[in-house]
Amino acid sequence: MEVFVQTLVAGVLKGGLYALIGIGMTLIMGVMGIINLAHGQMMMVAMYLTYVLFHYLGIDPYMALFVSMPSLFLLGMFIQRFLLNPLMKVESILPENQVLMTVGIAMVLTEIARFIFTSNYLSVQTSYSTKAWYVGEISFSAALCVAFAFAALLSAGLFGFLVKTDLGRSIRAVSQDNEAAQLMGIDSERIKIITMGIGAALVAAAGTLLLPIYYLFPDIGGPFTRKAFVITILGGLGSTVGAIFGGVTLGLAEAFGATYIGMDYEDMVGLIIFILVLLFLPGGFKRLTKV
Amino acid sequence: MKNHLGPLAFLLVLIAFPLAVRDPYYQHLMILVLMWVAIGSGWNLIAGFTGQVSFGDAAFFGTGAYTAGLLAHKLGMSAWWGLGLGGIFAVIIAFPFGWICFRLRGAYFALATLALNEVMRHTATIWESLTEGMVGILIMQTFVSKIPYYYIALAIAVVSLISVQVVMSSRWGYYFVSIREDQDAAESIGIDTHYYKMVSLCLAAYLTGLAGSLYMNYMGFIDPTIVFSLHDISIMAILVGIVGGVGTVYGPAVGAFIMVAVSEVFRTGGFGLLEKLTAATGSPVMVLVTKYIKEAHVLTFGLLVIFVILFLPNGVVGGWRKSRRSH
Amino acid sequence: MAYFETLGLVKLFGGLAAVNGVSFDVNEGEICGLIGPNGSGKTTIFNLINGYFPLDKGEIYFNGNKISGLKTHKICREGIGRTFQIVKPLKRMTVLDNVLASAFLRSHTKSEAVELAEKTVSFCGMTSLKDKVAGSLPIASRKRLEITRAMATKPKLLLLDETAAGLNPVELEEAIALIKKIRDSGVTIIIVEHIMKVIMTVSDRVVAINHGMVLAEGTPEEVASHAGVIAAYLGEDYCAAG
Repeated sequence: MEVFVQTLVAGVLKGGLYALIGIGMTLIMGVMGIINLAHGQMMMVAMYLTYVLFHYLGIDPYMALFVSMPSLFLLGMFIQRFLLNPLMKVESILPENQVLMTVGIAMVLTEIARFIFTSNYLSVQTSYSTKAWYVGEISFSAALCVAFAFAALLSAGLFGFLVKTDLGRSIRAVSQDNEAAQLMGIDSERIKIITMGIGAALVAAAGTLLLPIYYLFPDIGGPFTRKAFVITILGGLGSTVGAIFGGVTLGLAEAFGATYIGMDYEDMVGLIIFILVLLFLPGGFKRLTKV
Repeated sequence: MKNHLGPLAFLLVLIAFPLAVRDPYYQHLMILVLMWVAIGSGWNLIAGFTGQVSFGDAAFFGTGAYTAGLLAHKLGMSAWWGLGLGGIFAVIIAFPFGWICFRLRGAYFALATLALNEVMRHTATIWESLTEGMVGILIMQTFVSKIPYYYIALAIAVVSLISVQVVMSSRWGYYFVSIREDQDAAESIGIDTHYYKMVSLCLAAYLTGLAGSLYMNYMGFIDPTIVFSLHDISIMAILVGIVGGVGTVYGPAVGAFIMVAVSEVFRTGGFGLLEKLTAATGSPVMVLVTKYIKEAHVLTFGLLVIFVILFLPNGVVGGWRKSRRSH
Repeated sequence: MAYFETLGLVKLFGGLAAVNGVSFDVNEGEICGLIGPNGSGKTTIFNLINGYFPLDKGEIYFNGNKISGLKTHKICREGIGRTFQIVKPLKRMTVLDNVLASAFLRSHTKSEAVELAEKTVSFCGMTSLKDKVAGSLPIASRKRLEITRAMATKPKLLLLDETAAGLNPVELEEAIALIKKIRDSGVTIIIVEHIMKVIMTVSDRVVAINHGMVLAEGTPEEVASHAGVIAAYLGEDYCAAG
């Protein structure tokens, strides 16, 4: 029973971070209509940034959020502006060429990181990296709890932004109907650039928050990209609320998979969920809740 | 008959190639090119002609390779049986996969292929009792000379191209392109789009699996990271398919040649040219450049993907439109 | 039983009934016009007949068989062809290839299909355009291509969705002539149209739809003078002028 509860706690906490990763991806999916297969790699960039700030300047990872999020916001905008938006004017036979482009971007980001930092495993050891709080026999990792809180805060902030501000409304408009939004005078190219920036900033936050409890190497992006798309599919393409459920579900499934089946299978769990969703719940959670 | 003359002449050149070029290194490269012709043709069928972009061709390639390898390793049969069975096993994977994925439209198929790629690699890594995991499978190669492999690869490449040519000028071909161009319209004119996407995927998987079993026989060694590689197989297949010409019969042949050449140039530092230059000049800068260029082979691949999609999204041969102007 | 019959069709979109209990019959060999204001559910009815949307309630019979619940391609095989309001040409294929792709349905061999395609192209008057790439055609030709492609599946019933919208007067006359020619070749037609001139000239019978329900049914004259239809759709001006 203790093991069960412990696994549950670990799964939910991790799920909070996954939700953060998933929301960014989902936002991009909604507005651009594409799956961003460089999502995990953007997170990797943010992690290296955090590592550098900590290692060379001694900046705490939580403070590094104020650098990593804006930096990735800029990187995301750059990618959208110069690599993805131009594709809309290119006449292409393949419908998925934007997705392909993100694959190329992912490869480039990974290899640049390898160039600079080599393939070695890096980690950031902070005072709270291994700290935990106990409720009875159940441990709550301090870093994960803080990460969870930040994730909740950022998600709430994002919802507020999407619902209350003009820019947020424009983003939702483009997400619902790009053509109609353009007819209403919304500059959809600009909205796309900003959305990619926001998506990148959110995943950057996830990366920075994850670093104190994770190790870092250039290829870490791939598995997280896959997690992100599993979350997005699970939540229903383009549904932000669904992404939160998707993130927590994936976190739980991975935790239980690792505890009861074996660590080797942790990565497989997401992919199995993906297949199950395709089989039994095409459309994801969105279909159940109509959110 | 007239428009077959060009390819026929080219085929004669290819048949004569290993007799004229005795250097095993160049023979090796040509074998790779021919293998990629088969893979590229398969990718082009499902992605270029049918419009269902696969990001996970390695799943089928690896299945073919492991079929051949395991036949030899576990059953003590000749790995050459893999040429017959590798494609079939790839289809056995592709069939249920396609049946599930094609029920949904949009990005699902592309993502699912990517997931399949990963699932297969993980499975091959974890299931050690069957696949030997990361240790990989080593078999004895049948021939010492490259020449027999060359002709087998040539035969596979030619069969691939002819199959695609035949398929694309038949009912199936028209149905595939209709599905790519507009799925609703295709359904409305009586095309069972789910069924024909399956047909296209299975054909593609067969060709890719076939190439995989050739790889096992030729290289003699495989492990999960080689044959289920996302970059070296799946992305390479996409590049071969795009660079040559999306939705053209001969595009993948051109693409295979260009891509094998490009990746070899970077892998070897310009066929060793950079090393010679380094030795000749003795400059430390050149040493560094050579080292970086060799290390940057995946980076170049990524840059190439970006470049190709931005500037050559339909490849050098051109689209279906151009190739089908005459009847 | 009528040649073609819909019984109480219902289609809900998120709780809203786009089509709410529509029943009507079409007799063999006639042209049945479907009219109604924007958003009244005409195109949705086509999408239901054609199997593009699943029905929430109701049944559709054609030629003695129940066709509701079948997939779109099966319905086409049963002999119902359709065109799309927002045209869907196979852009990178030539006109002939577009038609050929659909001609395969009723052909055993490619040569048979080519023959059927050529015949259909010439029947619909597109011979001069047959080698043009579909994506390069102007709107009038695209609309005509929709009809040609549907005709190559040898339909017994043809659903025409706004084939006259966006045409100039000359093209309009040509379109009307083509529709009549198709009817005379023995094909039953259901036509959705905004341009009253077309509906009034070609229809043998008209069904008026509003808010997803049948408002009136009868000859064009009867429906045009029906008070409810005038109020809902045509407006006072048409009444005064007509």
